[in-house]
Amino acid sequence: MGENLLPDVLKKMVLLLERLGVRCELPEAQTCCGQPFFNSGFQAEGREMALRWMKAFADTEGYIVAPSGSCVEFVKHRYPGMFPQGSVEHERAVRLAGRVLEFSQFLVNVLKITDVGASFPHRVACHYPCHLTRGLSVRSEPLELLRAVRGLELIELNEADTCCGFGGIFSVVYPEVSKAMMETKVGNIIVSGAEVVVVSEPGCLVNIRGGLVKAASPVRAMHLIEILAEKGAA
Amino acid sequence: MEKTARIDFRENARNASPAVVAATQKNTGTALKKRAAVVAEFGEARWQELRKAGHEIRLHALTHLDRYLAMVEEKVIAAGGHVHWARDAEEARKIVLKLAAEHGVQSIVKVKSMVSEEIDLNPALEARGIRAYETDLGEFIVQLAGQRPSHITSPALHMTKEEVAALFCQKLGIDACPIPEELTEHARLRLRPEFLAAGMGISGGNFLVAETGTLVIVTNEGNGRLATSLPPVHVAVVGIEKVIPDWESAAVMLKLLARSVSGSKITAYNTFITGVREGGPKEFHLVLLDNGRSRILADKVAREALLCIRCGACMNTCPIYNQVGGYAYGAVYQGPIGSMLTPLLMGTKLAGGLPFASTLCGACAELCPVMIPIPEILLHLRKRFVEGDSFETPSVPGALKAMAKMGRIVLGSPALYRLGARLGRIFQSPLRSGDWLPSLPPPLNRWTMARPFPAFQGDFRGWWKNRQAAVKPMEGKTHG
Repeated sequence: MGENLLPDVLKKMVLLLERLGVRCELPEAQTCCGQPFFNSGFQAEGREMALRWMKAFADTEGYIVAPSGSCVEFVKHRYPGMFPQGSVEHERAVRLAGRVLEFSQFLVNVLKITDVGASFPHRVACHYPCHLTRGLSVRSEPLELLRAVRGLELIELNEADTCCGFGGIFSVVYPEVSKAMMETKVGNIIVSGAEVVVVSEPGCLVNIRGGLVKAASPVRAMHLIEILAEKGAA
Repeated sequence: MEKTARIDFRENARNASPAVVAATQKNTGTALKKRAAVVAEFGEARWQELRKAGHEIRLHALTHLDRYLAMVEEKVIAAGGHVHWARDAEEARKIVLKLAAEHGVQSIVKVKSMVSEEIDLNPALEARGIRAYETDLGEFIVQLAGQRPSHITSPALHMTKEEVAALFCQKLGIDACPIPEELTEHARLRLRPEFLAAGMGISGGNFLVAETGTLVIVTNEGNGRLATSLPPVHVAVVGIEKVIPDWESAAVMLKLLARSVSGSKITAYNTFITGVREGGPKEFHLVLLDNGRSRILADKVAREALLCIRCGACMNTCPIYNQVGGYAYGAVYQGPIGSMLTPLLMGTKLAGGLPFASTLCGACAELCPVMIPIPEILLHLRKRFVEGDSFETPSVPGALKAMAKMGRIVLGSPALYRLGARLGRIFQSPLRSGDWLPSLPPPLNRWTMARPFPAFQGDFRGWWKNRQAAVKPMEGKTHG
């Protein structure tokens, strides 16, 4: 999803990580981790995708970083349970689960970097994506990174940790309810007075960004990475 | 719960009344604020410990249900009560009707009970010419309005005080103002003679304490105590999962329940009934209801739904419940707990859409006082709907299955996947407006009816490859 719909986020992530001295590698064979299938009840398909994903990453080493809490949470929390204890696949899943990290986790907890030298003189509100916040318990890391950005003013967002209504298959199974939830979220963003809302989850980002466009709002939705890449070469 | 029509959550949600949704949001918001305050006062760390204790108590009780139920039966009989076992709703109704007939009962006062809703008790009583009066204020209101509860602890949560006042004016023929205290007084005056006249009191039960065979009922209005004390016969219909081992467990559970329901440290009235007592009803009957619970118990993943103590916190916090109101769930239990229990009780053929009425955001599981892994159980039921399992055969529509298969084939092959992305970039051009595709043909319009779809963008992999090709010769050979 990321590479086709949000290629800029990925490019900026690569450039930023390299600037911080990280050597990046992109396993050719990777496609999707399987979460959309598994979470829609198609567990057999989800498991097949997981096997492919694991194969794509099996010969790599080091951390596996993604700009999505949702994908990371899925690999970390779901992969091991998909395969019987003691199987080769289970062992592989456990090993890979120990290597995946969401982007902000990797920066703050592994690289121990909160200031990447970015500058972004704008009023910024922060949406808390469900799978990042509740699924991976990543709450403080994105904020630490944002606080270190020059000129950035963090604005309070009402109901910041309430779901934006995307929810994968939910958004198309119950589009009217999804729309109502998204509009509630967009409404909160607009009244916050922010110029930019940080949405560090591709699913939520596409949902909220689209909602803001539809509402003809001047507020921009950006991934954390896009903000950290702003005038970052200081 | 004995519905035969499929529950269409999408259609129900579309038809949700804006007034119901507005009142629901207002009232759940108030409940959540009170809950948060009382939990903060209790201390977050202590609260988490208490939740863990609550989870363990309930899980232990469920795991040893056979032993604890036998204990309840023995103790209740020893205390002069009667115990009846009801396999399903029909058996439970028959037991109650038979008792009512034996005692020549013409009117009944009832304590708020979700199990009574589950077994459709009131219509069965009315059919025999027995008048059943709901005595909980919220239940009294929805009964008067000819409705069903839209929330498991606040049945009339979907109504404003103005609507209640209008209802009282119309149905009670009085001049009622939209002031909660006054409305309560009207209900009190109306119900008092019914308490005195009733030949039977019917309740559910919040817990059954196995070590003494004690029925625990909590209410905030005192109606529970009155309805189980004044009438000559008390019948309690309780789900078999409500058993807890002992009084130490009860102390934990009552703390969790009061805070989660209404943000109180303790519920106003805690009524403990052990068989027949002096000055109380002459007869006490406990009807233990299975109605599908033992089947749920056999399901290793879903059984934790039976830990539920019916506090309603999951509904209050659920962003979906708050957008649609309780009626959209088309069943007795609503919100996240309903999205688990309804398909478990009715089957996914009829209620398979409900586990999908969730974004898996996890807000419910975060508040659940007994730590039910709600998203986990919803995923389990989605799988049941799609793939089937040892409990049910699949009932997913064929078109959806075909789409998933195709998606798996495309995403399962890097070459096809890249081809798909390239085709997407080509075919989107007539639909494209800037960075967006504002509207797409069915079934993709399910996305664009809410918001535009982002256009397929430039090729990240191409960018990556070009960079690698440019960088590699300078770096020399690097390996993966």
